[in-house]
Amino acid sequence: MATNFVIEGLKATIDNKEILKGVNLSMKGGEIHAIMGPNGTGKSTLASALMGHPKYEVTEGAVTLDGEDVLEMEVDERARAGLFLAMQYPSEISGVTNSDFLRSAINARREEGQEISLIKFIRQMEGSMKELDMNPEFAHRYLNEGFSGGEKKRNEILQMLMLDPKIVILDEIDSGLDIDALKIVAAGVNKMRSEDRGFLIITHYQRLLNYITPDYVHVMMQGRIVKSGGPELAARLEAEGYDWVKEELGITDETVGQEQEA
Amino acid sequence: MTLQTILPLSAEALKSLSQQKNEPAWLAESRLNALELASRLELPKPEKTKIDKWNLSDYGTYQQATSVASLQELPEAVRALVKEEEATNLLVQKDSGAVYSTLSDELKAQGVIFTDLETAAREHSDLVQAHLSSVVKNDENQLTALSAALWTGGAFLYVPKNVEVSVPLQAVFLTENADATFAPRVLVVADVNSSVTYVDNYISTGDAARLHNGIVEVIAKPGAKVRFATVHQLGLNTTDMSYRRAVTENDASIEWIIGEMNDGNTVTDTSTVLKGNGSTSDAKVIAVGSGSQRLNYTTRAIHFGKDSTSQMTTRAVMREEANAIINGITKIEHGATRSNGEQAEKVLMLSPKARGDANPILLIDEDDVMAGHAASVGQVNPEQVHYLMSRGISRAQAERLIIYGFLAPVVSDIPLEQLQTRLQELVERKVGQ
Ligand SMILES: Nc1ncnc2c1ncn2[C@@H]1O[C@H](COP(=O)(O)OP(=O)(O)OP(=O)(O)O)[C@@H](O)[C@H]1O
Ligand SMILES: [Mg+2]
Repeated sequence: MATNFVIEGLKATIDNKEILKGVNLSMKGGEIHAIMGPNGTGKSTLASALMGHPKYEVTEGAVTLDGEDVLEMEVDERARAGLFLAMQYPSEISGVTNSDFLRSAINARREEGQEISLIKFIRQMEGSMKELDMNPEFAHRYLNEGFSGGEKKRNEILQMLMLDPKIVILDEIDSGLDIDALKIVAAGVNKMRSEDRGFLIITHYQRLLNYITPDYVHVMMQGRIVKSGGPELAARLEAEGYDWVKEELGITDETVGQEQEA
Repeated sequence: MTLQTILPLSAEALKSLSQQKNEPAWLAESRLNALELASRLELPKPEKTKIDKWNLSDYGTYQQATSVASLQELPEAVRALVKEEEATNLLVQKDSGAVYSTLSDELKAQGVIFTDLETAAREHSDLVQAHLSSVVKNDENQLTALSAALWTGGAFLYVPKNVEVSVPLQAVFLTENADATFAPRVLVVADVNSSVTYVDNYISTGDAARLHNGIVEVIAKPGAKVRFATVHQLGLNTTDMSYRRAVTENDASIEWIIGEMNDGNTVTDTSTVLKGNGSTSDAKVIAVGSGSQRLNYTTRAIHFGKDSTSQMTTRAVMREEANAIINGITKIEHGATRSNGEQAEKVLMLSPKARGDANPILLIDEDDVMAGHAASVGQVNPEQVHYLMSRGISRAQAERLIIYGFLAPVVSDIPLEQLQTRLQELVERKVGQ
């Protein structure tokens, strides 16, 4: 069965402040969706809420992956069910090497007694790192500790390559990447494109979408998807900014969650 | 007026024990003096830990040990620790006395002495007399006095001038019978320009209450290099009071590697007196506390020598309701010019009821020095747990990774691979839910 990921009327709060105000989005395997939108409109919140970050409380709505209720699952179960989020700000974990971490993540998907052999793992990791043009020493570095912004992003993509997810959410994977790295990361994503894998790419810039052509582009404002279209929408946003969208929809303040503080 | 301490045994009984063991006169006399001291001295006062209600009188009685001829006859608890191939340089104490002792012919031929301290006191009387109680003095407090009076078994290691011992020498101290005195004393004398690695383990079986009062003294003569590794994994109702102290002479060095893995209340004090110019001390401590343990770990470096350097690192994980006080004391005496003392204590707490208190203390009486400290106490970071879980790793495994990660910088620095593995296993056992 082809992958089917459905978000319906998703509302979420942080500290009792509503940030997501009813998000609807439906994705199938093989599709690439891009989410754009001004700062502070709820894009990362959507990604975090989907992954089950404990700070965000889902108050309404449903999320299913191949018919299974994602919101019922613990964070690790969501990941094992096939969800992957490349985070905007990945954590640094001292003392845990990148390779120990990745091996634990792979083994978490396997039955006890069926753990990946060390040799096979190393071969896989070395292969994936090579594709991403990562220095092999990063396997032995502590997880994200002291990584530059771009190195962290590349490391997120490394995890994506090795964990073989069904739904990939990339939150500003392009920020902090130099041009060459952007191409490498895009190549990694394109290589992963397949009929049973869907991508949700959060980005501010057209340039990533020059390398990864989306099937759909959505604009997020005020904690909702307010406009959807094809790749041409991204191009117009790049050229003209968001004012025309706001005008068209009668929005004055596109951000979300600021009203109580104002 | 202070109350007289109720002593665990009478002077007559102590005297007759010395006779029974054929101890040299100086030792018998020193024991009696120490017993008398104990009656007048008070318990130590570890910083921020009240020990007056602790079980510190359960010395039991001396019970003669029966030697065994082969490794196979050793108690299971010991065999589990010792690999056959390392059993050539091994000393095992069960309860009050040594039961097994071997040293390779090669080392014997080089003049290395490695035996229980009782035997050493008889066979190498002058050597032992010259050094015993020279580092940790009998009159420091009631515990040091009682150790001096009551110690049994123990270990003595002597490495002659210029001899470099390449294999680790190992000792195991086991308490099985809670009614038997368990007070081994360890004395290491590394002569000029020698080098040696000593590793020991303290283990217990059974849950009956008892006390371990132990003292370690290390004397590193000029240019000597001593690596001293010790792992304490005593059971729930065993109270562990351990003083370890080294003196480093000119250009000598000591490396402490310490695993505090007990399940019972513990006070340990690991110190180096950097007496000589250019001498160095490095102390690495990893500790895991669980249950309702009360723990007090002190590392200390006292610089007298010029150009002396010390490094102290403690990493402690506290779970459940364990409570640890961690003191790091760097003292630089006047005249110890160009000395450098660094220390770092870190505590990771795994539950809201666990407590950790890190107290870095720098006492500097000299201007021309460098010294630094870092201390931190914190909980497992929920963002980190979330990040790991978002890759499919279970919460329990995520926490485990973070805990190992926390200890890793110290553990991975341990130069003996086997000890590294062993400590990892112990950490696993103590943090495993
Ligand atoms: N942990 C948090 N604590 C408090 N406020 C938060 C938290 N997370 C998000 N918010 C608020 O929710 C709103 C939406 O934030 P979010 O990070 O989802 O925006 P975004 O669309 O990803 O923005 P950007 O493009 O800048 O990354 C912001 O006003 C933000 O301050
Ligand atoms: Mg964001």
